[in-house]
Amino acid sequence: MKEITFTLNDETVRVTEDPLKRLLDVLREDLGMTGVKEGCGEGECGACSILLDGKLVNACMVPLGVVEGREVVTPEGLRETEKGKTLIEAFADTGAVQCGFCTPGMVMAAEALLEENADPSEEEIRQALSGNLCRCTGYDLIIKGVRAAAERGKELW
Amino acid sequence: MSKQISKAVRRVDAVDKASGRARYIADHDFGELLYARILRSERPRAVITGISKPEFPEGYYYIDARDIPEGGKNRIRIIKEDWPVFAEGEVRYIGETIALVVGPDREKVLELLSQITVTYEDREPATTIEEGLACKGGPIVGEDNLFGAYTLIKGDPDAAFKRAARVVEGTYRTGFQEHLYMETQGMVGTWEDGKLTLYASAQCPFYIRKSVAGVLGVEEAEIRVRQVTTGGAFGGKEHFPDVIATPLAVAVNKIHKPVQLIFDRDEDIPFTCKRHPSRITIRTALDARGNILGMDIDTVINAGGYESSSLIVLQRAILHGLGVYNIPSARVRGRAVATNTFPSDAFRGFGAPQGLYAIEVHMSQVARALGEQPAAFKRRYFIRKGDMTVTNATMKDNVILEEMFKAVDEMSGYTEKARAYENDPLRGIGIAFVNHGCGFTGNGEQEIIKSVVRMKRTGPHQAALYVSNVEMGQGLQTVLRKIAAKELGLDYTDIAYDNPDTDIVPDSGPTVASRSTMVVGYLIQECAKKLKDRWDEGIGVEAEQHYRHPEGLTWDQETFQGDAYPSYGWGINVIEVALDLVTYEVRTTGIWSAFDVGVPIDETIMAGQVSGGIIQAVGYAALEKCEVRDGMFYQRTMADYTIPTAVDFPEVKNVFLENPYPYGPSGARGAGELVFDAAAPAYVDAIQSLTGRNVYDLPVTPETIMGVLKR
Ligand code: FES
Ligand code: FES
Repeated sequence: MKEITFTLNDETVRVTEDPLKRLLDVLREDLGMTGVKEGCGEGECGACSILLDGKLVNACMVPLGVVEGREVVTPEGLRETEKGKTLIEAFADTGAVQCGFCTPGMVMAAEALLEENADPSEEEIRQALSGNLCRCTGYDLIIKGVRAAAERGKELW
Repeated sequence: MSKQISKAVRRVDAVDKASGRARYIADHDFGELLYARILRSERPRAVITGISKPEFPEGYYYIDARDIPEGGKNRIRIIKEDWPVFAEGEVRYIGETIALVVGPDREKVLELLSQITVTYEDREPATTIEEGLACKGGPIVGEDNLFGAYTLIKGDPDAAFKRAARVVEGTYRTGFQEHLYMETQGMVGTWEDGKLTLYASAQCPFYIRKSVAGVLGVEEAEIRVRQVTTGGAFGGKEHFPDVIATPLAVAVNKIHKPVQLIFDRDEDIPFTCKRHPSRITIRTALDARGNILGMDIDTVINAGGYESSSLIVLQRAILHGLGVYNIPSARVRGRAVATNTFPSDAFRGFGAPQGLYAIEVHMSQVARALGEQPAAFKRRYFIRKGDMTVTNATMKDNVILEEMFKAVDEMSGYTEKARAYENDPLRGIGIAFVNHGCGFTGNGEQEIIKSVVRMKRTGPHQAALYVSNVEMGQGLQTVLRKIAAKELGLDYTDIAYDNPDTDIVPDSGPTVASRSTMVVGYLIQECAKKLKDRWDEGIGVEAEQHYRHPEGLTWDQETFQGDAYPSYGWGINVIEVALDLVTYEVRTTGIWSAFDVGVPIDETIMAGQVSGGIIQAVGYAALEKCEVRDGMFYQRTMADYTIPTAVDFPEVKNVFLENPYPYGPSGARGAGELVFDAAAPAYVDAIQSLTGRNVYDLPVTPETIMGVLKR
């Protein structure tokens, strides 16, 4: 057990836990961030995508100890921002959401992409989402959703 | 799209899901939970000779068949009651449930589980179709290892083969396919106000209620099942939830505390049902000029250790055995064989994809054997309205495959490319034509399901609808609201439709078989008309609608003669591929489709079904390998079992052709499975066009292609 301090969605949090515990479990169980989903627990599906210091990572592959002093953003944080809202609205309007289990992770991946590249091509979007699996959509409408967000959010990214 | 109902609206569940607010089974707070884990068989076929357990600390439970209350039964009511809740004496497959270990600390539960030793006396297992048919190790069921067998006959197939100048034959095999819904199987059982309540990620709340009631020996109404937001299903949450609900219910019934049973992914891949592997042999009798005189089709599916819904899957496979063709004479035989693999069960298409794969690839091979272009050859045999089907009824649908072909040919350039690629060793293009029977087979809707829907006026401009059909990603909560709103002249957001709760909703049947939009949607449309007539009676007024079979359809369930389905959805896929000579990797360079789903209810939701269904099917065709070694699935993680990612396939370009169905809401037909059916044979046809050689088996991996090219 160890006390770990980090920034979660712009607020400082302290948790006393085994530093080897998966960040995914700490977020979901200790901190109630159930927007972070577990699809595989082995780093393959991206359902547990979060931003760690602005970089896209799989929370199931990160031990809690690693985030000491760093900044974590989950879907709960992103959805409160203009960028997050733009992405969510664009996904909803293009039909990018089906069962929705992959979607919070997809939105995180899209945010990470748009931070790097505000005007991505279809190919660049496909590459950026390639670590996030979706079994429902075949990806086409998710790609459209990301394009729509980029167009609507010209001022944001 | 000309119809108002087809105009896209924003899905009612989209924002909640995209923002992470939607709660799936693992996201709900049930207070103090106990955790359950399954003790599973490690042997494909054995007699259990002993089970040794460690001392269980206070508050930890070992639950098995002895905990089933008096009057209950250790069998799951699926179709037949053959599958035990807890193995009794013998095990028939690796992963069979022996017991549950339940307790408050997850780590402790796992520790206890690892300390249990089961001793077995092994028997010789049969794991392939061939071994099953040969009764290796002695029959698992009956005398011949068959759960069931059927034969359909149209015309005079024996005479056709006697007259034949030439016979073309091929044997086509398909493998297991894992659903890989992104949310694993999961359920929580609670004891609320003296009632056993199950919260489930599932397609069929009333199926769960029925099987649990049978196991506990109580009336169905004494069990309550509540569906929670479900993260994908594709058939994998049709019957399999019964297999986890029943032991869970036994535990909750004993402990009277909330118990959670959620699979990790490394349990969900190896220990849940998959699509049935198939082996289909087709022989085609041709006259001297190359006209088809008749066909003989022999279909075998691997059902696994217990029957589950395998016979219904088999029926659908053979009922789709002739595909979209009017073949003058045919014999279609089907057998479901028992083996010692995990029982196979429903997966989007439910047998039709296997039957359609075989007939489509075979028809292309016959065309090539005759030196013809596959599409030109196939089009000559398109079934038309009034032609005889394989069950000797007339086709009632107004078939528009020719118009659909024109549309997809224009988009894809199929005809020209097929000609050009004949002599191009690096490119190929394939095509497949399919139909998919909507709703239950024969008179199942009328005799077995007997759906009821209810609606209620809940406010000045508000109404609620009550059905047992679930949203599992396909968009049903939006589609049914749109149908109701249209009749009532309201906005679709003014219609309430909650996740079904068996204590509240009537049984409008399971969410399966491409029936929810067409069959249940039509009931909602008619129910809404009734409610509208009574609207002025005030808030609280209700209306109900019961299923009525469309006029003029006949069916004999004994002989399988008559109208097998009230209507069909129709589809064409074209797939183009290119070969990289260095890596022998095949890239898919184009995917086009045309569908007749009657009238699409919401073009965006339908576009999502089309892309999702086709990409899932090219995954089946090109990537998704699931082998059995020593009775065990060899691919056990998402790293081993690879499904398509965003970079594997190009965008699907689709067109819908309108062709209203009179007994569908606003003219809609079923579509959810149809969109899966054509891509695998179209992909294989493209590989045949590329290589100039016949390809028979799925999946077609790079190694397969290398092998074909070396031949
Ligand atoms: S749950 Fe973390 S990558 Fe799948
Ligand atoms: S929407 Fe279901 S997995 Fe992506």
